[in-house]
Amino acid sequence: MRRIERCFERLAGENRKALIPFVTAGDPQKAVTVPLMHDMVKAGADIIELGVPFSDPMADGPVIQLACERALAHNTSTRDILGMVKTFRETDTETPVVLMGYLNPVEVMGYEAFASAASEAGVDGVLLVDLPPEEALEVKPIMDANGLDMIFLVAPTTSDARIKLIGEAGSGYLYYVSLKGVTGSAALNVDEVASRVETIRNLAKLPIGVGFGIKDAESAQAVSRVADGVVVGSALVNQIDKFQKEPAAINGAIGDILSAMRTAMDT
Amino acid sequence: MSERPDFSAFPDASGHFGPYGGCFVSETLMGALDELKAMYERLKDDPQFRADFDYDLAHYVGRPSPLYLAERWSKQVGGANIWLKREDLNHTGAHKVNNTIGQALLAKHMGKPRVIAETGAGQHGVATATVAARLGLKCQVYMGAEDVERQKLNVYRMKLLGAEVIPVTSGSKTLKDAMNEAMRDWVTNVDDTFYIIGTVAGPHPYPQLVRDFQCIIGREAREQSLKQAGQLPDALVACVGGGSNAIGLFHPFLNDDGVAMYGVEAAGDGIETGRHAAPLSAGRPGVLHGNRTYLMEDDNGQIIETHSVSAGLDYPGVGPEHSWLKDVGRVQYVAADDQEALAAFRELTRVEGIMPALESSHALAYAKKLAATMSPEQNIVVNLSGRGDKDILTVADIDGIKF
Repeated sequence: MRRIERCFERLAGENRKALIPFVTAGDPQKAVTVPLMHDMVKAGADIIELGVPFSDPMADGPVIQLACERALAHNTSTRDILGMVKTFRETDTETPVVLMGYLNPVEVMGYEAFASAASEAGVDGVLLVDLPPEEALEVKPIMDANGLDMIFLVAPTTSDARIKLIGEAGSGYLYYVSLKGVTGSAALNVDEVASRVETIRNLAKLPIGVGFGIKDAESAQAVSRVADGVVVGSALVNQIDKFQKEPAAINGAIGDILSAMRTAMDT
Repeated sequence: MSERPDFSAFPDASGHFGPYGGCFVSETLMGALDELKAMYERLKDDPQFRADFDYDLAHYVGRPSPLYLAERWSKQVGGANIWLKREDLNHTGAHKVNNTIGQALLAKHMGKPRVIAETGAGQHGVATATVAARLGLKCQVYMGAEDVERQKLNVYRMKLLGAEVIPVTSGSKTLKDAMNEAMRDWVTNVDDTFYIIGTVAGPHPYPQLVRDFQCIIGREAREQSLKQAGQLPDALVACVGGGSNAIGLFHPFLNDDGVAMYGVEAAGDGIETGRHAAPLSAGRPGVLHGNRTYLMEDDNGQIIETHSVSAGLDYPGVGPEHSWLKDVGRVQYVAADDQEALAAFRELTRVEGIMPALESSHALAYAKKLAATMSPEQNIVVNLSGRGDKDILTVADIDGIKF
């Protein structure tokens, strides 16, 4: 069984929900990322989404745009990030790691080269925001053959027919984008999310993670009542932005937010 | 080229031109693109829609635009006859309005009260603001902060037309960043907003529908050539940034085997310097802004900054159909640098009394070289895609003149 599936199965047995933090790899410095991954796990993270920076992050708001710019200022490459995951795996063999980003930095490596290198580094899943299932027909079997889950997005605008298609195309979990907008947008509407998650559950078998608009323990708790996983990104990356000049403070600040979310979600 | 494909049959049903094109966007936009595709499929052959479009082109844009024989310049160059397709004479001064008229009609049919656009030189922004004013649509235009600075006149024109111009300060602060920001706006306001993309790039169906609206250029040029020159042209030349004026001219001739075609990219300081905007000449295929196409990128797949004296060509990608036409060998893609374009700008202005846009000047610069290798019985049609009034400040600046 793959790590992501095992993770959701274990959590379901414990009647808990997955806490899934997102940070951009190499932000604000390459050396920060691996220790931060370990500290996020200590603070209660179940799965880590590691952002692969891209020069043109079309689906991201200003917070993650700036994170990409900081990471790219010292040329954080996809190969650097695979190296980070490999180092992380030396002492953590269980926490799933998902690379999240855009297609072009993956495509430039070549699908085969990327998938085998990612698998070897210990990556578990790949989420490419500008790659809908219709365009993934070539890359998906390659990811699959390398044991990598392809995680696809479902949006508030996704039709029922498409939810079915996405549910069949993806593996690991589905990422429900809770609002129309870019990352770090306004707060989500919990009732709306609850009703959409129920619809998705009826149409797709995969666990459902919800992201976009989760900012604090309260919203994390509310979403954890209806979804299988809670993704938090911009709220954490904000802390990296705030402490970019004193990176020693980053892990503590992010750890505090995650611990509070963890406690609220488990209560 | 072994077997020539039937160029009119592309894109295929999934929006691809061979390996290029497609629909690479975040899930939130897939529904809106499906809706647009369905609406366009329904309307594109609808007689009433065609009639409305043709009416606006005739009475609002002022079409057909003339095909003008640049006799004096041709003689001076000494070779083929150079004909200019006068898109500069369109309302708003460039070919861009052909497309905004079409897309605004689609927006009206879809009941969207708000339109957004990205713009580089400001020509597409002006053309969008213009049709928005006429139809009473709310209009916001995203423009790179650097372009806002170098195209002040067009910025003010858009404001006078009632549009709001939003300077984009992320990334390289030029056209690609404006397009990122317009995509972000669209994903946020997808219910009430129509995104009027200005070139033959972006996710399917944009490369197709923008091409179809711009094909009026080539259809007219074909008919005018037969009537005025008595034959089809031997060669077509057009500048290529995103490539909408070029595809508009080329497409109706693609199945005419005897017509050679040249797309001219911006070589900026020179291809060899790396400071240019010529993905077809010196880039490689990748995925950006919703489609797979030739891009300017580094070894890590990051998009690199482009350089051109003309803001409208300062874009690291190109329409996917051009990528395909390059690979199958139907169109030759070449480049002209800043100096060559500026020289052509000055030459046409002085010899023919026609001041071309700096974008179109790239096409003129190459046409001049090409014509010199041809004979006086031969004919070249150059797409004079826009007029140069908007570039006067840029050229004055280069001449060291301050107003």
